Amino acid sequence: MALLEVSDLTVTYRTAGGDVPAVRGVSFALDAGQKLGLAGESGCGKSTMALALLRLLPKTARLTGEIRFDGEDLLTMSWGRLRAVRWAGASIVFQGAMHSLNAVQRIGAQIAEPIRLHSRAGEAAARKRAGELLEHVGLPARRADAYPHELSGGQRQRVMIAMALACDPKLIVADEPTTALDVMIQAQILTLIESLVAEQGISLLMISHDLSVLADTCDRLAVMYAGRIVEEGPAAAVFGAARHPYGQALAAAFPRIGDPASRRRPQGLAGDPPDPAELPPGCAFHPRCAVRLDHCDAVDPSLWPAGSGEGARAACVRVLPDDGLSLVPAAKESA
Amino acid sequence: MSESIQSAPILSAEDVHVEFEARRGGGRARAVDGVNLDIAPGEIVALVGESGCGKTTLARTLLGLERPTSGRVLHRGAPLAYTSKALKRFRRDVQLVLQDPSGSLNPRHTVYDAVAEGLRIHGDVPDERERVADALSRAGLRPPERFFLRFPHELSGGQRQRVVIAGALVLEPNVIVADEPVASLDASVRGEILALLLRLRDDLGLAALVVTHDLGLAWNIADRVAVMYLGRIVETGPVEKILTAPEHPYTQALLSVLPEAPGSPVVLQGEPPDPTRIPSGCRFHLRCPVLASSAAAAAGVDDACRGTDPGVLAGGTATQVACHYAVSLAPSEQSP
Repeated sequence: MALLEVSDLTVTYRTAGGDVPAVRGVSFALDAGQKLGLAGESGCGKSTMALALLRLLPKTARLTGEIRFDGEDLLTMSWGRLRAVRWAGASIVFQGAMHSLNAVQRIGAQIAEPIRLHSRAGEAAARKRAGELLEHVGLPARRADAYPHELSGGQRQRVMIAMALACDPKLIVADEPTTALDVMIQAQILTLIESLVAEQGISLLMISHDLSVLADTCDRLAVMYAGRIVEEGPAAAVFGAARHPYGQALAAAFPRIGDPASRRRPQGLAGDPPDPAELPPGCAFHPRCAVRLDHCDAVDPSLWPAGSGEGARAACVRVLPDDGLSLVPAAKESA
Repeated sequence: MSESIQSAPILSAEDVHVEFEARRGGGRARAVDGVNLDIAPGEIVALVGESGCGKTTLARTLLGLERPTSGRVLHRGAPLAYTSKALKRFRRDVQLVLQDPSGSLNPRHTVYDAVAEGLRIHGDVPDERERVADALSRAGLRPPERFFLRFPHELSGGQRQRVVIAGALVLEPNVIVADEPVASLDASVRGEILALLLRLRDDLGLAALVVTHDLGLAWNIADRVAVMYLGRIVETGPVEKILTAPEHPYTQALLSVLPEAPGSPVVLQGEPPDPTRIPSGCRFHLRCPVLASSAAAAAGVDDACRGTDPGVLAGGTATQVACHYAVSLAPSEQSP
């Protein structure tokens, strides 16, 4: 059974200007011990997804669908139960550790807090465990007395990871865990995350704009665009041979050094990601799509088996039999 | 392209040192510690390195925003004069493009005012409207008139970066210095901005120094790359050579940790050292994987690594590496 199973999740923000759909029907499953990468650009809904998983969204967000974690529905769970699941069941590593840590509290105390609250451990035992966790993420235990500003960006991100591990969760959600870090520090943090996840059999949902990092770290990848998953499958298949034109464009945007095809040929997409409040009709990607067909503004295809590898799917009419023409509403077809 | 690279440099650093007083009485930080760098007309040079390596300080010095503690900056072969009049003239020719366009545009200025500002400062008012329109369309904002009265918040990130580039282009410079020009942009938009920089070089012969931590960006657009570590350029040469067959262990490590890189990653431990305490000998030796393995000792250079500074690389376009070990492997070709 999957550890995490998201079915037809939608998240809509109510704003003064009307309802803004941020996540528009997302389904995926994550098995125990598996690493899933969720890729996408600003505004595609990937961070909203991360927050939705632990019901951390603001009150203005309306959710529908189902999020089953370890067999329980998170969306209908009582607050008390939810508090127990947060940290001990699933924990989050946020981007920007500087803003996620308390600036006026020593890091050891910050790591010890969830341990005290969740395991009813005494003050001394929690402190001791915090020291062990710091060692575990590659920081000396004596750094427990440091304040966040005394640490470098990479060290702060290590502290975030130590906190996420504090209550032995089954799932870690990492939202852009290495954004804004230098390549060498990024490599240190990714190596750390990979080894911890493998050692302790934790499932990982890693969210990033960087498809190449996800492809390197995760078993499976899902690419989001305008609140939908438009492509998913084994990491190598999605990064190396995407079937959705957006998946292809995103993969091509990360040049492989040494590849003559990308030398002096930066690859980008014309236009910008759509405003979630004003999505184009039909396939939300069609205005930027280089291979769109006439009926792409009338059909919004769902994920369909495509490409190589187990469970590889793409949401594009081009992978459908008959280019999805049968899905065109009659009015458009006759026009 | 090859003939333009042969011609006399348009902008050079000549043994530039920039030191700062460290914040808490920790001595002096040698942010740039001896750099020679030449940029030829029409050439795109990528200056790569990690945070704190001095790349941004070097770029600011080349723009005349920072005065070198010693050494000098040459513009078309003449030393840069630091009078406000001379700097003003200099900046018509050498323009800065900042990262994070949301921070570098005034939110209360329209696109038109943002682009026209440079012209007004330089007193080029007569044909202002045409020149603003021309700069905007060169930067890919077409038709330009549609953007004149827009405010930054009404634009996407990619469009804002194009406005910043248009603001640099309006004075018709010959060189732009771009500090992380696409770091804050989405991946799909980034390629378009990089393509724009390439097109500007091809159409206008614009030279560029692109400061970045992103080696993929260098592969995408640069002719030449200079790798900086702790205040020095440690390896430089044509992109094809340096990024596919690097000789400096630092460059090798940087490339090895990129996702999709072949072979196993060489992850350097610890943080880059502090520019107030630059190690003696080779400044990289404390983190050097070649010295840590027995390879440097086998080549008989380990004492040199610990005790002898490999020296400052010369300017020009030749392939060079500041590493005792690399030089010992190919003594005839390498002479830093």
